[in-house]
Amino acid sequence: MSKHTISGVLLDPVFKNNPIGLQILGICSALAVTSNLKTSLVMCIALTLVAGFSSMFISLIRSQIPSAIRMIVQVVIIASLVIVVDQVLKAFAYALSKQLSVFVGLIITNCIVMGRAEGFAMQNPPVLSFFDGIGNGLGYSVMLLALGFVRELLGAGSLFGYTILPTVNNGGWYLPNGMLLLPPSAFFLIGLFIWALRSWKREQIEVPEYKMAPQVSNKEAY
Amino acid sequence: MSNQKESTARTLLVALLVCLVCSVLVAGAAVALKPIQVVNSQLDKQRNILAIAGLGDPSMSAADVQRLFDERIVARLVNLETGQFSDEHDPTTFDPLAAAREPSTSRVLTGAEDIASIKRLEKFSVVYIVEDASGDMETLVLPIRGYGLWSTLHGFLALESDLTTVQGLGFYQHAETPGLGGEVDNPRWRGQWPGKQVYDENGNVAIRLVKGGADSTGPDASHQVDGLAGATLTANGVNNLLHFWLGENGFGAFINNLRAGEV
Repeated sequence: MSKHTISGVLLDPVFKNNPIGLQILGICSALAVTSNLKTSLVMCIALTLVAGFSSMFISLIRSQIPSAIRMIVQVVIIASLVIVVDQVLKAFAYALSKQLSVFVGLIITNCIVMGRAEGFAMQNPPVLSFFDGIGNGLGYSVMLLALGFVRELLGAGSLFGYTILPTVNNGGWYLPNGMLLLPPSAFFLIGLFIWALRSWKREQIEVPEYKMAPQVSNKEAY
Repeated sequence: MSNQKESTARTLLVALLVCLVCSVLVAGAAVALKPIQVVNSQLDKQRNILAIAGLGDPSMSAADVQRLFDERIVARLVNLETGQFSDEHDPTTFDPLAAAREPSTSRVLTGAEDIASIKRLEKFSVVYIVEDASGDMETLVLPIRGYGLWSTLHGFLALESDLTTVQGLGFYQHAETPGLGGEVDNPRWRGQWPGKQVYDENGNVAIRLVKGGADSTGPDASHQVDGLAGATLTANGVNNLLHFWLGENGFGAFINNLRAGEV
């Protein structure tokens, strides 16, 4: 296990191996909660904690888990942690938990958490797994916060609820782009971010799986 | 070793232990945090009622909310069918939404009645009355709900003591499109409501959301409110739910009784 270091597993997922940017995981919640920065931030914190601790616990008992039921065991542990996070949010950040509603619960199905549990924590020691989970949570967070920043700023003219660009509806000059508040806009933004990321780190560009055939003229076809 | 790990008995044992530990964790968190959550959700509701009745400011502390609510507001149980106050349940703990889900404490609305698309109507609801120093009604706060475009909008309507002039309208829970239907939360849109008349001279529900903007000079100006740009269906939903709750199946009977002084 010498190939992984704590700083490596913690920082690599941020840009080099971003769960959303490179692995294209966790898109569902990235579309759903990023219409403003506040919910994005809470979602990031929740997911990062769940990913970290679930990886740690799974790694702790990894040698005891029979392979026949390993996925179920992982899900049970992840689900328990998610419920705890949800309960804590309801107790200490009631208004936010109402906005996030089902999405905290849906962390259970977030591919990033499950992916790290199955792909990393099952083969690596607890401390390393914990930081791997946290690192992937950070990678997810970077993407979510970037999305939240663009969507809230251009869609509602504010950041964290504070007005930056006064909107027409409130007597200002900025006509907000309502589409940015709708989930599909996050798709376009994620696409643009991936483009930017891969232009910067060219090694992330995937080898095409197939090549488009050259255009065949009518004459050649027959 | 690996053989032993994969045996059926071992698998069952691990599954059992994992479930046991996780269930203790989850149950522990749920039980330990329950009191704080109940306080939170109550506080949230009280804060909303105060905001719509125009009391206090939205950023006041939890203790202030509690104090102001206890001082100024009385919760009363209302029988929706007879339109009379009732003492059947304790209004501070009675949950009309839970009652609406329970067949024994609610009734099914027929298609023609159910203009707000709420399907079931509770038999009892809770209204909040703001009293002045001498104990007279200053504001009546009615819980309202109905379907918009994506979600059921839950809110409150505050009427002045003449029982037709709006003091405020607000929704504390909905999932309408942000920026379009979500503009029901916009303070500027909500700012149009105070002063509008919900009933006409004959006691019919006359308040209406007008697509394209209310006519501010016509004879019906006091009954008209601007619709929501780009959110016709949400605006229709708000329109329908107001007509439902102010009409005969909602609080209509109760308001009539109040006006006649027969409660």
